[in-house]
Amino acid sequence: MRSSLLRILALILKEFLAVLKDPRSRFIIFVPPILQCVIFGYAASFDLNSVSYAVLNLDHSSASADLLSRLDGSGTFKRQANLERMEDISEWIDSGRALLVIRIDQDFERRLLVGKVAQVQVIVDGRNSNTAGTALGYVGTVVDQFNADWRSRHGIPGAPVAIDIRSWYNPNLESRWSMIPSLIGTLTMMGTLMLTALSVAREREQGTFDQLLVTPFRPFEIMVGKAVPNMVIGLTQATTILLIAQFWFHIPFIGSFVVLYAGLVLFLMAAVGLGLFVSSIAMTMQQAMLFAFLLVLPFSLLSGLTTPISSMPEFLQSVMVINPLRYALDLTRRVYLEDAGFAQLLPDFLPLTIIGIVTLSGAAWLFGRRLT
Amino acid sequence: MTDWVAKLRRIRALILKESKQIIRDPSSIAIGVVFPVLMILLFGYGMSLDVTRVSVAVVDEDASSGSAALIGDFRLSPYFDLKVTHSMAEATTMFRNRGVDGVIVIPSDFSRRWRHGDARIQILVNGTDANQARIIQAYAQGPVAIWGATQAGATPTGGPVVLESRMWFNDSNDSHYFLVPGLIVLVMTIIGAFLTAMVVAREWERGTIEALFVTPMRAGEFLISKIVPYFALGLIGFGLCLLAGKFLFHVPIRGSFTLLCFSSMTYLMVALGVGLLVSTLVKSQFLASQLAMILTMMPAMMLSGFLFDLRSMPPVIRGITYALPPRYAVTLMQTLYLAGDVGSVVWPNLGVLAAMAATLLVLTRLSTRKQLS
Repeated sequence: MRSSLLRILALILKEFLAVLKDPRSRFIIFVPPILQCVIFGYAASFDLNSVSYAVLNLDHSSASADLLSRLDGSGTFKRQANLERMEDISEWIDSGRALLVIRIDQDFERRLLVGKVAQVQVIVDGRNSNTAGTALGYVGTVVDQFNADWRSRHGIPGAPVAIDIRSWYNPNLESRWSMIPSLIGTLTMMGTLMLTALSVAREREQGTFDQLLVTPFRPFEIMVGKAVPNMVIGLTQATTILLIAQFWFHIPFIGSFVVLYAGLVLFLMAAVGLGLFVSSIAMTMQQAMLFAFLLVLPFSLLSGLTTPISSMPEFLQSVMVINPLRYALDLTRRVYLEDAGFAQLLPDFLPLTIIGIVTLSGAAWLFGRRLT
Repeated sequence: MTDWVAKLRRIRALILKESKQIIRDPSSIAIGVVFPVLMILLFGYGMSLDVTRVSVAVVDEDASSGSAALIGDFRLSPYFDLKVTHSMAEATTMFRNRGVDGVIVIPSDFSRRWRHGDARIQILVNGTDANQARIIQAYAQGPVAIWGATQAGATPTGGPVVLESRMWFNDSNDSHYFLVPGLIVLVMTIIGAFLTAMVVAREWERGTIEALFVTPMRAGEFLISKIVPYFALGLIGFGLCLLAGKFLFHVPIRGSFTLLCFSSMTYLMVALGVGLLVSTLVKSQFLASQLAMILTMMPAMMLSGFLFDLRSMPPVIRGITYALPPRYAVTLMQTLYLAGDVGSVVWPNLGVLAAMAATLLVLTRLSTRKQLS
């Protein structure tokens, strides 16, 4: 028992040295997650804060001027040009200089004053239909406000029902608040799964795995020796991102660190387990890298990071039961923003534990098979 | 003359060797064929930004005929799955435990205030998923507007100003239209940069490059032999994406097909260039693959305008996007696919990509020669 522990300890030390003694390798493990967290923290948002637009205003009335000044005053809409002719619209949209063009017909105010409905046409660049839809929504909000004010000023009945939105856990509904806690899991998984996948494959390619096989190491010991250092590196990465989220982006952490780290340890067990599993199947480093990549990509695309899991087809939803990242995302967000406890997070803890146990023991078993 | 013949024969032999290596290694085929297919399926069927149905709890504190009618309108909406609850406490418990995505509260003075024209309802959303919360907010407008119009005995147009929106290039608001051009860029990026990042480094790690040094082979020939097979692999991926775009997702190609192919190939050369340069410089498979992923794959997802709008990024981040190839490729692909041959978009972007490809290849050639001498 004691000698087994000593052996494992020696292997762990050796693994740490193998990864961390090379300054370039230290750099690639710690610097990119920091950079990526900061850059993606700013870049990865579906909110629009700058919508360039052009106006074709044929009305020149005070009502149309009022509507347009509301757009300009919103801070989001940046007027690029006042167009004169219909033919100019396509040029501005095609070239991408304006995301949308607003056209107001010449009878706009006249219709409003006689109590008729007045149309405003919005032409939007649909090359990215998602961005286009969001921008249209923003225009709609401005027009709604214009309508409400117009009605109350002109005594038109039928004021709409106001909808008060109260958002729990993220009062201003900032994308960043959901995105950055999600990066803790995403960036950590990318780093550790790849690193782990290479750990055994590298030894095999360099022939040192054979040397390991003639030592008294048991497969289980090799597995632990390989898993622990990578989990520690993963935890360090996760902690770094956690610190950036709190001290750079000032997103308040209201949860419990005990719950968060318990979840992260389980998540890293699962990620490292998958990495070791891949590593024990692969014959070369290239294979290990590519197989790991083929796992990481769908896992991160289908984790709920950018698109909701509930809108995926049933089949994919059931395949994604094995995706550790989706549980980690849910877990980190909810501990971070909602102060969720162990009981609420059981649906995340349980599958992570199962994935970790299955993959780690699978990897150890495969080491053993390769030993014989 | 014989010099040239020998040169060509050497290149041919090297290409043959590299191709055999690709064909015999299942992982290369996986990345060349399985990977594009996987991406097509994931993007085509897995990634959808629409929240199909949201489940909400309703707390009706008013319990009037008006509030009952409003609940009826929510029930008729295809976007809401209603769960009627009897108290706010019950609803918030469900909300906290993720039994529902939101809570609609109709306050007790709802009917009374409606007569005075200032009725309001409250919707509680979960900000942990900000995107979904905002979608629920938008969906709720529909039933509420219908209810208001029915109660006032008017047509549900809202107004007096109504928006008539037209989405150019994608009238039916089909998300495949922007996913397919982005998909091509992602596939080119990964086949081009990720695989090649490992190939030169592998020769260094295994020492086989020294064996090549003692042959008459030149650095340029070595590079050509590395480019050609992976370029071909990239074209297979491109072809698969084109086919899927046409026959699976029915995305029209409004620009010139030749230009579309040419642009994709140019971007493929950029990706190959990044991969080869990184591989030549760091000489380690692990470092090269990590660098290639950080420099190409992540930017292609996050900093390209594919998912997230470039204009809304802070100036510093936008500056970074200009230094990286994917933004040019995504702009090009989206325009050539959906808008057509818009000269003012196509030529500048294509020019930058061509310049990047040339620079990267020259740099790779220079750093390879240094090591040979």
